[in-house]
Amino acid sequence: MSYWFRNDNRLPQARLAIASYVIVGMVGVLLLGFWKLQVIDSDKYASLAERNRVREIPVIAPRGRMLDRDGRVLVDNRPSFSVLLLRDEPVLVEKYLPAISEGLGISLDDLKDQLSNTKNLPKFQSIIIKPEASPADIAYIESHKSDIPVLEMISVSRRRYLPDGFLSHAAGYVGEVSEQQIEASNGRLRMGDFAGKFGLERQYNDILMGTDGKRRVIVNSIGKEVGPLPTQEAIPGKQIQLSIDLDMQQVAEQSLGARPGAVVALDPRSGEVLAMASHPAIDPNDFAIRISAEEWKKLNDDPERPLLNRAIQAQLAPGSVFKIVMATAMYETKAVPESFSVFCPGYGTFYGRQFKCWVFGKSSHGVVDVHRAVNQSCDVFFYNLGVRLGIDRISYYATKFGLGRKTGIDLPSEEPGLMPSEDWVQRVFHRKWYPGETVSVAVGQGAVITTPLQLARLIGGIASGGVFMQPHMLKDAPNVNEDKFPLSESTIEKITDDMYGVVNSGGTGAALKLQGIEFSGKSGTAQVIGYATRDRFGKQKKFLDNAWFVGYAPRRNPEIVVSVLVQESGKHGGEAAGPVVRDIIKAYYDKKNKKTQGQFTADAKRPEPQRPRVPAAMAASRVALKTEETADTTPANPDREPER
Amino acid sequence: MKDAPGTRDYDWWLLAILATICALGVIEIYSATHGSSLAGMHMKQVRWLAVGFILMFALSRVDYHLILDQAPILYLCGLAALVAVLLIGRTHFGAKRWIPIPALGEFVQVSELVKLIIIVVLARFFAEVSSDELDLRDLIKAGLLVGVPLILILKQPDLGTALVLMPMLAVGAFLAGLKWQHAAAFSLVGVLLVGAVFYPPVSRRILKPYQRERITSFLHPEDDAKGSGYQLLQSKIAVGSGGFWGKGFGNGTQNQLGYIPVRYSDFIMSAWAEEQGFKGVLLALGLYMALLLRLVQNAQRAKDRAGMFLVMGVAAALGFHVLVNVAMVIGAMPVTGIPLPLMSYGGSATLFVFLAIGLVMNVRLRRFVN
Repeated sequence: MSYWFRNDNRLPQARLAIASYVIVGMVGVLLLGFWKLQVIDSDKYASLAERNRVREIPVIAPRGRMLDRDGRVLVDNRPSFSVLLLRDEPVLVEKYLPAISEGLGISLDDLKDQLSNTKNLPKFQSIIIKPEASPADIAYIESHKSDIPVLEMISVSRRRYLPDGFLSHAAGYVGEVSEQQIEASNGRLRMGDFAGKFGLERQYNDILMGTDGKRRVIVNSIGKEVGPLPTQEAIPGKQIQLSIDLDMQQVAEQSLGARPGAVVALDPRSGEVLAMASHPAIDPNDFAIRISAEEWKKLNDDPERPLLNRAIQAQLAPGSVFKIVMATAMYETKAVPESFSVFCPGYGTFYGRQFKCWVFGKSSHGVVDVHRAVNQSCDVFFYNLGVRLGIDRISYYATKFGLGRKTGIDLPSEEPGLMPSEDWVQRVFHRKWYPGETVSVAVGQGAVITTPLQLARLIGGIASGGVFMQPHMLKDAPNVNEDKFPLSESTIEKITDDMYGVVNSGGTGAALKLQGIEFSGKSGTAQVIGYATRDRFGKQKKFLDNAWFVGYAPRRNPEIVVSVLVQESGKHGGEAAGPVVRDIIKAYYDKKNKKTQGQFTADAKRPEPQRPRVPAAMAASRVALKTEETADTTPANPDREPER
Repeated sequence: MKDAPGTRDYDWWLLAILATICALGVIEIYSATHGSSLAGMHMKQVRWLAVGFILMFALSRVDYHLILDQAPILYLCGLAALVAVLLIGRTHFGAKRWIPIPALGEFVQVSELVKLIIIVVLARFFAEVSSDELDLRDLIKAGLLVGVPLILILKQPDLGTALVLMPMLAVGAFLAGLKWQHAAAFSLVGVLLVGAVFYPPVSRRILKPYQRERITSFLHPEDDAKGSGYQLLQSKIAVGSGGFWGKGFGNGTQNQLGYIPVRYSDFIMSAWAEEQGFKGVLLALGLYMALLLRLVQNAQRAKDRAGMFLVMGVAAALGFHVLVNVAMVIGAMPVTGIPLPLMSYGGSATLFVFLAIGLVMNVRLRRFVN
C-alpha cells in the first residue's frame, strides 16, 4: 500500500463550507428561473401550449339560397372541397412541398408564390392552395393523410347561379372579401372569406352569410391528428325569397336576347320587381371559385361593360317616353288648354334654331293635339308644349315622378339619372338656363337622363294615379316606401287613354297589340348624339339610337309595368323594345290565366338583333340548349337566331 | 484489509435521496413514453438502475486507496479507450461516442467512464500536493492532466462531457488551495472563452456548425421556432404551461404529444415540470440539493484528503450536470446534451452516477478507520 496519503487529513473545511453555499445558491437560482416561467409567465406559456396542441380547421357556413316568388331556386350552393395547407410548421411545409406539388398538380413555383404571398399572415392561419379539389385530389389527400400531415381538406359550398348569366346582375356575385369589408365587419369577416360583392349578394350579405364554425383537433408534434375536441358548428345563412318570377325573368332574358340593353318588370301596386335583366351579362359561376386579376381587369375594361347592371345603372336620355311626363304636367297644370294644338311640318324653329320631328324628311304629322301627339310621338307638338310650360314646371313634375334621384331599390350602386333645372345649371355650370334647352328636354333629350328602372316606376306610378311604390327585390317586403303625388281623375283618365292608344289606336306601338289585354305604353327613340353630329360622323354603330318602350297592363291601376331599353338598335322604340315588353306582359297574363307553370317563351318572330353580343360561352350554350326547349328547369336564352 | 465496514456505515440518507430521485425519473419516463412507440422504456431504466446499485455496492467494497494507487494505469487506459473510440467507435447521433461491448449487448459510452477516471486521477494528484497552497506549476500539471482527455472527448465530438471535466478541475483546485489571484486569472480566461463561444467571428473557428447553431438558437430561440430554437422554446412552453400545480401525471400536452424534445432523457425535467408544476420542481430540485449537500458533508467527514477530493470530484460532476441540464430546460443555457443525473433515461450515464456514488460510499465506509 502506498505511503502518499497516510495521515494527511488536512481538510479545507472553510472551502468545503463555501461549496455548500454555492450548491444552495445554485439551486435557488434555478428555482427562481422556474418561478418566473411557471408562476409569473404561466398564462403566456399555457396559451402557447394550447396553440401547439389545438389545430383549428374552419367549417364554412353555407350561404342562404335565393328563391323566386314561387319558391323556385334561383341561386343555391354546390358542395365542393378546397385544399388547405397548414402553415404552422414551416419545416414540415418545406419538406412536403414537392410531394404536394406532384400529388395535386400544382407547380412548385406556384406553391412557393402562394406561400410567400401569405408569409405575413399569422402562422396558425392555413391557406387555400387549391380552391376546387378534383376527385383525384381528394383521393390523394385521403390516402396520404398520415404521411403528409400539412394538407387538410375543407368542405366549402360554392355559389351556384343559373347558367348563362341568367339574372346575374340582380343576383350579383360573391368574392373574397376586401380589406375594407373586413374592417367594416367588426371582426365577422376574415382574410379569405367570401362575401357578396355585387347585386343582391352584396345587398343582403348579412342575411345570406352564415357564421363559420371551427373544427378543433388535437395534433401531435409532427402535425398528426390524435384526437377531436368539441366542434363549433357553422350556422348556415338564411335564404331570401325574391319578388322575381322565374318565368317572367326567363321571358325577359330570352326576349332581350343578345342585344345590349335592360329589362325591368315591376308590379306597380307593390313595387315588387318581377324581372330584371341586363345584357350583355357575365356568368358569375365563372368566378365563384376565384378570379384572376387579369380576367377581372379584362371584364372591367370591356367596352361592352358586361359588369354594368343597365337596369339601374344605365343613365340615358329617355327620349319620347318623357313625353308622358310632359302630357301629364300639361293636364295637371292647366297652364296650357287641352285644346292646344300645333301644326307639324316635320320640324319646328325655336330661338333661331331648327328642331326636327322624327318623321322629318319622310312625312309630317299635320295638325296635332296632345292625344295625337302622344299617339304619334310628335316632337314638334312637345317642343311647343315645352316652351309653353317652361323648364320649371317640367322639372317640378319630372322630379315629383322620381327622375333625377334614386328609386331606392334594394340593390347597390343604383344611379340617380339627372333631371336638369335652372337651379341645376346655376349650381353646376354657374350660368343661366338657355330657353333652347327646354325644347330638347321636352322630348326627353338634352341633359335629362334616366335609368330603365326609373321609367318603369314613373309610368307605373302615373298609371296608378300617382302612387309610386319603391321598387324592391324581396317578396312581401315590409316597410315599402310609398311615394304619393295624387293626380286628378281627369288627368289619370286622359294620360292612360293616351298610352292605351299608343298600342291600341294605331300609335307608334300598334304592332304590339295583344288580344284581350289592355296593353298600354309609350315608346321612345333616344338619340345618342344630335342629328347634326351624326351627319358629320356617319352612321356608326355607337351613334345609333337607343330604343325604349315602357308598357303596362291593364290601362288603369296596372298589375305589371315593363321598361325595356335596347341600346344602339338604330330602330324605333316600338320596333326594337316594344316586342320585349309585349312578350313579358303576354307571359304574365298567360301565367295568370292558366295558373300553370309551363314554359313561357318569347315570341318567335322577333326583329333580328344587329349582331350577337353575348359572350362566347353564353352563345355556345344556347346551341346546346336547342334540344331542350321544354326543360323549364334550365332557364336560358332561346335558340332563335338562325342568322348565327 | 483491516477494516470490514458494516451495513450501518453506509449513508442511508444518501441512498434514500438517490432512490427517490430515481423513482421520480422512472415515473416520468413512464409518463413520457407509455403512449408512444417507446413504451416500456421505464422498465429498461429500472434494469439500468438495478445494475447501477449492484455496481455501486461492489465499488464501495474495494478500498478507495487501492483504486487511487492504480490512478496512472487507469488514466492511460482511459486515454487508450478514447483513442479507440475515435478509431473504431460507432457513430450515433452524429458523434462517435460508443464502443460496442459484446458481453453487455449495449453500447457503453467511453467518455462516461473517463469522467470517473478523471475524478480518481485528480483526487490522487491533488492529494499529493503537500503544501496548503496550490502553486502555478501544480496547477498547470493538473490542467494538462485534464486537457489531454478533454481534447480527445471534444474530438468525438461530445462538448457536454468535455465541459464536465472543467468543474472537476476547478473544484479540485479550489479545495487544494487555489490562490485567489490564480482563481481570478482563470475566471477571466473562462469568461473570455465563453465570450468567444458566443462571439460569431471567433466561434466560427472553434466550434462545429451544429454547436454554433445551438448557441444561436439559445440566444434567439423565437427567431425560428421550428428550426434550431425549437427545442428550447418547446421546453420553456412545457415548463411554463405547467404552472404552479402542474397538469397532472400523464396530462402534459407538450409531453404527451411529443412537443418536448427527447422528453424521456435530456429534457425529462421539462416533462416533469409540465406535469408536476412548480411544486414538483421544488421537490426534485430539493432532492438534488439534499444529495449534493450530503456529498459535501461526506467530504467534510472523510478520513483523509484523498477521500475528500474523491467525494468532491463526484459532487462537482453531479452538481455541474444538474446545473447545466436544468438551466437548459428553462432556456437559460444552450442545448449541450448533458443529461439530468438519475432522472434522465440512459445506460452509461446512470452507471456513471452509481459508480461515482459508489466512490463516495467507499470513502464514507472508511471514515472511522485508523
